[in-house]
Amino acid sequence: MSIINKTYSTFLAIFPVIILFISVLTNSKHNFTYDENYLSFNISYIIIFFWTLKRPEYFGYGFIFFSGILNDVIQNNPLGISSIEYLSICVLTGFVRTRIILQNLIYDWVFFLISILIVGSINYIILVYIFNIPIVYNSLLLGLFATFLIYPLLAKILSWIDNVVQVRINDKKNK
Amino acid sequence: MGRDDFIISARSVFLNKGNRQKFSLLTLIIISIIILSLEYFKSGPINQIRMITKDVIIKSSYVVSAPFKSISKSYFSLIDHFNMYDEYEKLKIAETKNKNLTLENNFFKEENQRLKKLLDEKNLYKEEFYVTKVLLDQKSPYLRSLLINKGFKHGIKLGAAVRSDSYFIGKVVDSNYLTSRILLISDLNSKIPIVIEPGSVSAILSGTGNNDLGEIEYLPEKKNIEEGGIVYTSGSDGVISSGIPIGKIVLDNNQPKVDYFADFTQINFVKVYYKK
Repeated sequence: MSIINKTYSTFLAIFPVIILFISVLTNSKHNFTYDENYLSFNISYIIIFFWTLKRPEYFGYGFIFFSGILNDVIQNNPLGISSIEYLSICVLTGFVRTRIILQNLIYDWVFFLISILIVGSINYIILVYIFNIPIVYNSLLLGLFATFLIYPLLAKILSWIDNVVQVRINDKKNK
Repeated sequence: MGRDDFIISARSVFLNKGNRQKFSLLTLIIISIIILSLEYFKSGPINQIRMITKDVIIKSSYVVSAPFKSISKSYFSLIDHFNMYDEYEKLKIAETKNKNLTLENNFFKEENQRLKKLLDEKNLYKEEFYVTKVLLDQKSPYLRSLLINKGFKHGIKLGAAVRSDSYFIGKVVDSNYLTSRILLISDLNSKIPIVIEPGSVSAILSGTGNNDLGEIEYLPEKKNIEEGGIVYTSGSDGVISSGIPIGKIVLDNNQPKVDYFADFTQINFVKVYYKK
Protein backbone atom coordinates (compact mmCIF):
# COMPACT_ATOMS: atom_id res chain seq x y z
CA MET A 1 0.00 0.00 0.00
CA SER A 2 2.84 2.35 0.89
CA ILE A 3 4.34 1.88 -2.60
CA ILE A 4 1.01 2.90 -4.15
CA ASN A 5 0.82 5.93 -1.87
CA LYS A 6 4.40 6.90 -2.71
CA THR A 7 3.77 6.53 -6.45
CA TYR A 8 0.59 8.59 -6.14
CA SER A 9 2.43 11.34 -4.25
CA THR A 10 5.21 11.39 -6.85
CA PHE A 11 2.62 11.55 -9.62
CA LEU A 12 0.93 14.53 -7.97
CA ALA A 13 4.27 16.28 -7.49
CA ILE A 14 5.25 15.92 -11.14
CA PHE A 15 1.75 16.47 -12.53
CA PRO A 16 2.50 20.02 -13.81
CA VAL A 17 5.59 18.67 -15.60
CA ILE A 18 3.51 15.91 -17.21
CA ILE A 19 1.07 18.54 -18.53
CA LEU A 20 4.00 20.54 -19.95
CA PHE A 21 5.48 17.49 -21.69
CA ILE A 22 2.13 16.49 -23.20
CA SER A 23 1.66 20.06 -24.39
CA VAL A 24 5.09 20.10 -26.03
CA LEU A 25 4.82 16.63 -27.58
CA THR A 26 1.41 17.37 -29.08
CA ASN A 27 2.36 20.87 -30.18
CA SER A 28 0.98 20.38 -33.68
CA LYS A 29 -2.54 20.09 -32.30
CA HIS A 30 -2.62 23.66 -30.94
CA ASN A 31 -3.08 25.31 -34.32
CA PHE A 32 -6.45 26.43 -35.59
CA THR A 33 -7.37 28.00 -38.89
CA TYR A 34 -9.69 30.99 -38.83
CA ASP A 35 -10.45 32.86 -42.04
CA GLU A 36 -7.33 31.42 -43.70
CA ASN A 37 -5.18 32.63 -40.79
CA TYR A 38 -3.41 30.23 -38.51
CA LEU A 39 -3.97 30.86 -34.84
CA SER A 40 -1.08 29.15 -33.19
CA PHE A 41 -1.48 29.03 -29.40
CA ASN A 42 1.69 28.46 -27.47
CA ILE A 43 0.24 26.64 -24.50
CA SER A 44 3.72 25.77 -23.19
CA TYR A 45 4.36 29.48 -22.51
CA ILE A 46 1.21 29.67 -20.38
CA ILE A 47 1.97 26.48 -18.44
CA ILE A 48 5.56 27.53 -17.69
CA PHE A 49 4.58 31.09 -16.80
CA PHE A 50 1.75 30.00 -14.55
CA TRP A 51 3.60 27.34 -12.58
CA THR A 52 6.95 29.08 -12.26
CA LEU A 53 5.09 32.12 -10.94
CA LYS A 54 2.73 30.31 -8.57
CA ARG A 55 4.54 27.19 -7.49
CA PRO A 56 8.11 26.96 -8.76
CA GLU A 57 8.95 24.19 -6.27
CA TYR A 58 6.89 21.74 -8.38
CA PHE A 59 8.40 22.79 -11.67
CA GLY A 60 12.08 21.90 -12.02
CA TYR A 61 14.16 24.09 -14.34
CA GLY A 62 15.84 20.93 -15.66
CA PHE A 63 12.46 19.65 -16.88
CA ILE A 64 11.74 23.01 -18.51
CA PHE A 65 15.10 22.89 -20.27
CA PHE A 66 14.41 19.33 -21.46
CA SER A 67 10.89 20.22 -22.68
CA GLY A 68 12.51 22.99 -24.77
CA ILE A 69 14.76 20.43 -26.43
CA LEU A 70 11.72 18.22 -27.15
CA ASN A 71 9.89 21.18 -28.66
CA ASP A 72 12.84 22.04 -30.91
CA VAL A 73 13.05 18.52 -32.30
CA ILE A 74 9.34 18.41 -33.03
CA GLN A 75 9.19 21.92 -34.48
CA ASN A 76 12.44 21.44 -36.46
CA ASN A 77 13.98 24.47 -34.76
CA PRO A 78 17.70 24.74 -34.03
CA LEU A 79 18.22 22.71 -30.83
CA GLY A 80 18.34 24.91 -27.74
CA ILE A 81 16.24 27.86 -28.92
CA SER A 82 13.03 26.83 -27.11
CA SER A 83 15.02 26.04 -23.95
CA ILE A 84 16.33 29.61 -24.01
CA GLU A 85 12.77 30.92 -24.52
CA TYR A 86 11.31 28.84 -21.71
CA LEU A 87 14.15 29.64 -19.32
CA SER A 88 13.75 33.34 -20.17
CA ILE A 89 10.14 33.08 -18.99
CA CYS A 90 11.46 31.53 -15.75
CA VAL A 91 13.89 34.47 -15.34
CA LEU A 92 11.07 36.97 -15.81
CA THR A 93 8.69 35.19 -13.42
CA GLY A 94 11.58 34.91 -10.96
CA PHE A 95 11.94 38.69 -10.99
CA VAL A 96 8.20 39.15 -10.44
CA ARG A 97 8.22 36.71 -7.53
CA THR A 98 10.95 38.65 -5.80
CA ARG A 99 9.17 42.00 -6.26
CA ILE A 100 5.45 41.29 -5.83
CA ILE A 101 3.83 40.00 -2.66
CA LEU A 102 0.17 39.84 -3.65
CA GLN A 103 -0.71 38.47 -7.05
CA ASN A 104 -3.90 38.79 -9.02
CA LEU A 105 -5.04 37.67 -12.43
CA ILE A 106 -4.96 41.10 -14.09
CA TYR A 107 -1.36 41.83 -13.01
CA ASP A 108 -0.34 38.35 -14.08
CA TRP A 109 -2.06 38.79 -17.43
CA VAL A 110 -0.36 42.11 -18.17
CA PHE A 111 2.98 40.73 -17.09
CA PHE A 112 2.37 37.63 -19.22
CA LEU A 113 1.96 39.91 -22.26
CA ILE A 114 5.27 41.63 -21.51
CA SER A 115 6.98 38.26 -21.01
CA ILE A 116 5.76 36.69 -24.25
CA LEU A 117 6.66 39.82 -26.20
CA ILE A 118 10.21 39.63 -24.83
CA VAL A 119 10.40 35.88 -25.49
CA GLY A 120 8.90 36.31 -28.98
CA SER A 121 11.55 38.94 -29.74
CA ILE A 122 14.32 36.57 -28.59
CA ASN A 123 12.84 33.85 -30.81
CA TYR A 124 12.61 36.20 -33.82
CA ILE A 125 16.14 37.58 -33.38
CA ILE A 126 17.77 34.14 -33.05
CA LEU A 127 15.86 32.56 -35.94
CA VAL A 128 16.03 35.42 -38.42
CA TYR A 129 19.33 37.15 -37.65
CA ILE A 130 21.51 34.25 -36.47
CA PHE A 131 20.13 31.23 -38.35
CA ASN A 132 18.63 33.08 -41.35
CA ILE A 133 15.37 31.15 -41.06
CA PRO A 134 12.54 33.26 -42.54
CA ILE A 135 9.42 33.43 -40.37
CA VAL A 136 6.24 35.39 -40.98
CA TYR A 137 6.33 38.31 -38.55
CA ASN A 138 2.55 38.80 -38.67
CA SER A 139 1.89 35.16 -37.86
CA LEU A 140 4.31 35.33 -34.94
CA LEU A 141 2.54 38.40 -33.54
CA LEU A 142 -0.90 36.90 -34.17
CA GLY A 143 0.15 33.71 -32.37
CA LEU A 144 1.47 35.66 -29.39
CA PHE A 145 -1.71 37.74 -29.26
CA ALA A 146 -3.88 34.60 -29.39
CA THR A 147 -1.78 33.08 -26.58
CA PHE A 148 -2.22 36.31 -24.57
CA LEU A 149 -6.01 36.21 -25.05
CA ILE A 150 -6.46 32.65 -23.81
CA TYR A 151 -4.23 33.14 -20.75
CA PRO A 152 -7.05 33.98 -18.25
CA LEU A 153 -9.06 30.94 -19.29
CA LEU A 154 -6.14 28.55 -19.08
CA ALA A 155 -4.91 30.19 -15.86
CA LYS A 156 -8.30 29.44 -14.28
CA ILE A 157 -8.11 25.81 -15.40
CA LEU A 158 -4.51 25.48 -14.18
CA SER A 159 -5.47 27.11 -10.85
CA TRP A 160 -8.21 24.56 -10.42
CA ILE A 161 -5.77 21.71 -11.23
CA ASP A 162 -3.27 23.22 -8.80
CA ASN A 163 -5.90 23.41 -6.04
CA VAL A 164 -6.87 19.77 -6.60
CA VAL A 165 -3.21 18.70 -6.48
CA GLN A 166 -2.54 20.74 -3.34
CA VAL A 167 -5.58 19.34 -1.54
CA ARG A 168 -4.46 15.78 -2.37
CA ILE A 169 -0.89 16.51 -1.22
CA ASN A 170 -2.12 18.02 2.07
CA ASP A 171 -4.45 15.06 2.61
CA LYS A 172 -1.48 12.72 2.22
CA LYS A 173 0.58 14.75 4.70
CA ASN A 174 -2.22 14.79 7.30
CA LYS A 175 -2.86 11.05 7.14
CA MET B 1 13.87 49.59 -7.64
CA GLY B 2 17.27 50.50 -6.24
CA ARG B 3 20.46 49.26 -7.86
CA ASP B 4 21.27 47.01 -4.89
CA ASP B 5 17.76 45.57 -4.89
CA PHE B 6 18.07 44.80 -8.57
CA ILE B 7 21.41 43.02 -8.07
CA ILE B 8 19.98 41.00 -5.18
CA SER B 9 16.95 40.03 -7.31
CA ALA B 10 19.16 39.09 -10.27
CA ARG B 11 21.42 36.97 -8.06
CA SER B 12 18.40 35.30 -6.51
CA VAL B 13 16.83 34.53 -9.91
CA PHE B 14 19.91 33.37 -11.78
CA LEU B 15 22.02 31.66 -9.13
CA ASN B 16 19.74 30.40 -6.34
CA LYS B 17 18.56 26.89 -6.93
CA GLY B 18 15.56 27.20 -4.61
CA ASN B 19 13.44 24.37 -3.28
CA ARG B 20 13.72 21.08 -5.18
CA GLN B 21 15.70 22.72 -8.04
CA LYS B 22 18.76 20.75 -9.11
CA PHE B 23 20.13 23.33 -11.56
CA SER B 24 20.38 27.10 -11.45
CA LEU B 25 18.81 29.07 -14.28
CA LEU B 26 22.17 30.52 -15.30
CA THR B 27 23.70 27.02 -15.75
CA LEU B 28 20.79 25.86 -17.91
CA ILE B 29 20.79 29.02 -20.05
CA ILE B 30 24.53 28.57 -20.68
CA ILE B 31 23.96 24.89 -21.61
CA SER B 32 21.16 25.96 -24.00
CA ILE B 33 23.46 28.50 -25.68
CA ILE B 34 26.20 25.85 -26.05
CA ILE B 35 23.70 23.39 -27.60
CA LEU B 36 22.44 26.14 -29.91
CA SER B 37 25.98 26.96 -31.04
CA LEU B 38 26.55 23.25 -31.84
CA GLU B 39 23.95 23.61 -34.62
CA TYR B 40 26.76 24.88 -36.83
CA PHE B 41 28.32 21.37 -36.82
CA LYS B 42 26.47 19.56 -39.57
CA SER B 43 28.64 16.44 -39.66
CA GLY B 44 30.76 14.25 -37.40
CA PRO B 45 29.93 12.75 -34.00
CA ILE B 46 27.92 15.79 -32.84
CA ASN B 47 25.61 15.38 -35.81
CA GLN B 48 25.24 11.66 -35.08
CA ILE B 49 24.33 12.30 -31.45
CA ARG B 50 21.82 14.91 -32.63
CA MET B 51 20.26 12.46 -35.09
CA ILE B 52 19.90 9.73 -32.46
CA THR B 53 18.37 12.25 -30.02
CA LYS B 54 15.91 13.38 -32.69
CA ASP B 55 14.96 9.76 -33.51
CA VAL B 56 14.25 8.95 -29.87
CA ILE B 57 12.21 12.13 -29.32
CA ILE B 58 10.20 11.76 -32.54
CA LYS B 59 9.31 8.13 -31.74
CA SER B 60 8.30 9.08 -28.17
CA SER B 61 6.26 11.98 -29.47
CA TYR B 62 4.44 9.60 -31.81
CA VAL B 63 3.46 7.38 -28.85
CA VAL B 64 2.34 10.31 -26.67
CA SER B 65 0.30 11.98 -29.41
CA ALA B 66 -1.41 8.72 -30.43
CA PRO B 67 -4.54 9.28 -28.25
CA PHE B 68 -4.93 12.85 -29.57
CA LYS B 69 -4.49 11.57 -33.11
CA SER B 70 -7.21 8.97 -32.60
CA ILE B 71 -9.59 11.68 -31.30
CA SER B 72 -9.03 13.79 -34.42
CA LYS B 73 -9.40 10.64 -36.58
CA SER B 74 -12.76 9.88 -34.93
CA TYR B 75 -13.88 13.44 -35.56
CA PHE B 76 -13.02 13.22 -39.27
CA SER B 77 -14.69 9.83 -39.63
CA LEU B 78 -17.85 11.25 -38.02
CA ILE B 79 -17.82 14.15 -40.51
CA ASP B 80 -17.25 11.67 -43.35
CA HIS B 81 -20.20 9.63 -42.09
CA PHE B 82 -22.53 12.63 -42.26
CA ASN B 83 -21.31 13.53 -45.75
CA MET B 84 -21.61 9.98 -47.04
CA TYR B 85 -24.72 10.42 -49.17
CA ASP B 86 -23.48 13.57 -50.94
CA GLU B 87 -20.15 11.90 -51.56
CA TYR B 88 -21.90 8.86 -53.01
CA GLU B 89 -23.84 11.00 -55.49
CA LYS B 90 -20.66 12.80 -56.55
CA LEU B 91 -18.74 9.54 -56.86
CA LYS B 92 -21.43 8.03 -59.10
CA ILE B 93 -20.89 10.83 -61.61
CA ALA B 94 -17.13 10.71 -61.23
CA GLU B 95 -17.07 6.94 -61.77
CA THR B 96 -18.59 7.28 -65.25
CA LYS B 97 -16.04 9.93 -66.17
CA ASN B 98 -13.22 7.82 -64.75
CA LYS B 99 -14.12 4.81 -66.85
CA ASN B 100 -13.76 6.88 -70.01
CA LEU B 101 -10.53 8.42 -68.75
CA THR B 102 -9.03 5.02 -67.90
CA LEU B 103 -9.64 3.80 -71.43
CA GLU B 104 -8.13 7.00 -72.81
CA ASN B 105 -5.20 6.72 -70.42
CA ASN B 106 -4.44 3.15 -71.45
CA PHE B 107 -4.40 4.19 -75.07
CA PHE B 108 -1.97 7.05 -74.36
CA LYS B 109 0.26 4.80 -72.23
CA GLU B 110 0.62 2.30 -75.03
CA GLU B 111 1.20 5.05 -77.53
CA ASN B 112 3.82 6.62 -75.28
CA GLN B 113 5.71 3.33 -74.87
CA ARG B 114 5.62 2.77 -78.62
CA LEU B 115 6.98 6.25 -79.32
CA LYS B 116 9.68 5.87 -76.64
CA LYS B 117 10.83 2.69 -78.32
CA LEU B 118 11.02 4.52 -81.62
CA LEU B 119 13.12 7.28 -80.01
CA ASP B 120 15.24 4.68 -78.15
CA GLU B 121 14.88 6.74 -74.95
CA LYS B 122 16.08 5.29 -71.68
CA ASN B 123 14.75 6.11 -68.24
CA LEU B 124 17.18 8.49 -66.61
CA TYR B 125 16.02 7.62 -63.12
CA LYS B 126 15.43 4.10 -61.98
CA GLU B 127 13.51 4.66 -58.81
CA GLU B 128 12.25 2.59 -55.94
CA PHE B 129 9.97 3.76 -53.19
CA TYR B 130 8.92 2.94 -49.67
CA VAL B 131 5.37 3.28 -48.51
CA THR B 132 5.90 4.69 -45.05
CA LYS B 133 3.80 5.79 -42.12
CA VAL B 134 3.51 9.44 -41.12
CA LEU B 135 4.53 9.69 -37.46
CA LEU B 136 3.69 13.34 -36.88
CA ASP B 137 2.40 16.23 -38.91
CA GLN B 138 3.40 19.80 -38.20
CA LYS B 139 1.12 22.53 -39.45
CA SER B 140 2.04 25.87 -38.00
CA PRO B 141 2.43 29.21 -39.81
CA TYR B 142 6.20 28.65 -39.86
CA LEU B 143 6.37 25.00 -40.65
CA ARG B 144 4.35 22.58 -42.71
CA SER B 145 6.11 19.28 -42.54
CA LEU B 146 5.65 15.57 -41.91
CA LEU B 147 7.80 13.22 -39.88
CA ILE B 148 8.04 9.74 -41.36
CA ASN B 149 9.16 6.33 -40.17
CA LYS B 150 12.16 5.88 -42.50
CA GLY B 151 15.63 7.37 -42.30
CA PHE B 152 19.01 7.13 -43.94
CA LYS B 153 19.32 3.55 -42.69
CA HIS B 154 16.70 2.77 -45.34
CA GLY B 155 18.47 4.73 -48.07
CA ILE B 156 16.43 7.93 -47.76
CA LYS B 157 18.52 10.89 -48.86
CA LEU B 158 18.08 14.65 -48.68
CA GLY B 159 15.96 16.00 -51.52
CA ALA B 160 14.14 12.71 -52.18
CA ALA B 161 10.67 13.15 -53.70
CA VAL B 162 7.62 12.23 -51.64
CA ARG B 163 4.18 11.42 -53.01
CA SER B 164 0.76 10.92 -51.54
CA ASP B 165 -1.07 8.56 -53.92
CA SER B 166 0.25 9.72 -57.29
CA TYR B 167 0.72 13.35 -56.35
CA PHE B 168 3.90 15.14 -55.38
CA ILE B 169 3.63 16.56 -51.87
CA GLY B 170 7.17 17.51 -50.89
CA LYS B 171 10.76 16.48 -50.42
CA VAL B 172 12.98 15.15 -47.65
CA VAL B 173 14.83 17.98 -45.88
CA ASP B 174 16.20 16.21 -42.82
CA SER B 175 17.19 12.56 -42.65
CA ASN B 176 17.93 10.99 -39.25
CA TYR B 177 18.91 7.37 -38.66
CA LEU B 178 15.35 6.00 -38.40
CA THR B 179 13.15 8.99 -39.16
CA SER B 180 13.03 11.80 -41.72
CA ARG B 181 11.33 15.15 -42.09
CA ILE B 182 9.45 16.06 -45.25
CA LEU B 183 8.99 19.70 -46.15
CA LEU B 184 5.55 20.01 -47.75
CA ILE B 185 5.16 22.04 -50.94
CA SER B 186 2.79 24.35 -49.07
CA ASP B 187 5.57 25.38 -46.63
CA LEU B 188 6.77 28.95 -46.80
CA ASN B 189 10.32 27.85 -47.62
CA SER B 190 9.42 25.32 -50.31
CA LYS B 191 10.58 26.13 -53.87
CA ILE B 192 10.02 23.46 -56.52
CA PRO B 193 10.84 23.74 -60.24
CA ILE B 194 7.68 23.02 -62.21
CA VAL B 195 6.39 22.81 -65.73
CA ILE B 196 2.86 23.88 -66.64
CA GLU B 197 0.98 22.03 -69.35
CA PRO B 198 -0.22 22.75 -72.00
CA GLY B 199 2.55 24.95 -73.29
CA SER B 200 5.47 23.46 -71.28
CA VAL B 201 5.96 26.69 -69.33
CA SER B 202 8.73 26.43 -66.74
CA ALA B 203 8.44 28.24 -63.41
CA ILE B 204 8.99 27.86 -59.68
CA LEU B 205 6.24 26.79 -57.31
CA SER B 206 6.48 28.49 -53.94
CA GLY B 207 4.51 27.58 -50.81
CA THR B 208 2.72 30.28 -48.85
CA GLY B 209 2.46 28.59 -45.48
CA ASN B 210 -1.01 29.88 -44.68
CA ASN B 211 -3.44 28.75 -47.36
CA ASP B 212 -4.07 25.94 -49.78
CA LEU B 213 -2.96 27.70 -52.97
CA GLY B 214 0.67 27.72 -54.09
CA GLU B 215 2.26 30.72 -55.74
CA ILE B 216 4.00 30.63 -59.11
CA GLU B 217 7.23 32.57 -59.41
CA TYR B 218 9.54 33.39 -62.34
CA LEU B 219 6.80 33.01 -64.95
CA PRO B 220 7.91 34.19 -68.41
CA GLU B 221 6.09 37.48 -69.08
CA LYS B 222 4.99 36.58 -72.61
CA LYS B 223 3.46 33.25 -71.62
CA ASN B 224 -0.23 33.21 -70.91
CA ILE B 225 -1.31 30.70 -68.32
CA GLU B 226 -4.87 29.48 -68.55
CA GLU B 227 -7.08 28.24 -65.75
CA GLY B 228 -7.20 24.45 -65.55
CA GLY B 229 -3.62 23.87 -66.70
CA ILE B 230 -1.84 20.99 -64.96
CA VAL B 231 1.33 21.57 -62.96
CA TYR B 232 4.02 18.87 -62.93
CA THR B 233 7.51 18.66 -61.45
CA SER B 234 10.03 19.69 -64.11
CA GLY B 235 12.94 17.66 -62.74
CA SER B 236 15.33 20.48 -63.60
CA ASP B 237 16.92 20.36 -60.13
CA GLY B 238 18.29 16.90 -61.03
CA VAL B 239 16.97 15.33 -57.82
CA ILE B 240 13.21 15.06 -58.26
CA SER B 241 11.92 13.15 -61.29
CA SER B 242 10.01 15.04 -63.93
CA GLY B 243 6.32 14.67 -64.69
CA ILE B 244 4.93 14.08 -61.19
CA PRO B 245 1.54 15.82 -61.00
CA ILE B 246 1.26 18.54 -58.33
CA GLY B 247 -1.95 20.46 -58.95
CA LYS B 248 -3.95 22.54 -61.37
CA ILE B 249 -3.97 26.23 -62.20
CA VAL B 250 -6.69 28.40 -60.71
CA LEU B 251 -7.01 32.16 -61.08
CA ASP B 252 -7.06 34.10 -57.84
CA ASN B 253 -7.55 37.85 -58.49
CA ASN B 254 -6.36 37.20 -62.06
CA GLN B 255 -3.12 35.76 -60.69
CA PRO B 256 -2.40 32.12 -61.57
CA LYS B 257 -2.10 29.99 -58.44
CA VAL B 258 -1.74 26.27 -57.92
CA ASP B 259 -4.53 24.26 -56.33
CA TYR B 260 -2.80 21.14 -54.99
CA PHE B 261 -4.20 17.74 -55.90
CA ALA B 262 -3.13 16.23 -52.60
CA ASP B 263 -5.16 16.83 -49.44
CA PHE B 264 -2.50 17.65 -46.84
CA THR B 265 -4.89 17.42 -43.90
CA GLN B 266 -5.36 13.67 -43.90
CA ILE B 267 -2.13 12.06 -45.03
CA ASN B 268 -1.37 8.87 -43.13
CA PHE B 269 0.98 7.09 -45.53
CA VAL B 270 3.37 8.47 -48.13
CA LYS B 271 5.63 7.10 -50.83
CA VAL B 272 9.26 8.13 -50.39
CA TYR B 273 11.40 7.67 -53.46
CA TYR B 274 15.03 6.69 -53.39
CA LYS B 275 17.54 5.96 -56.12
CA LYS B 276 19.32 2.62 -56.30
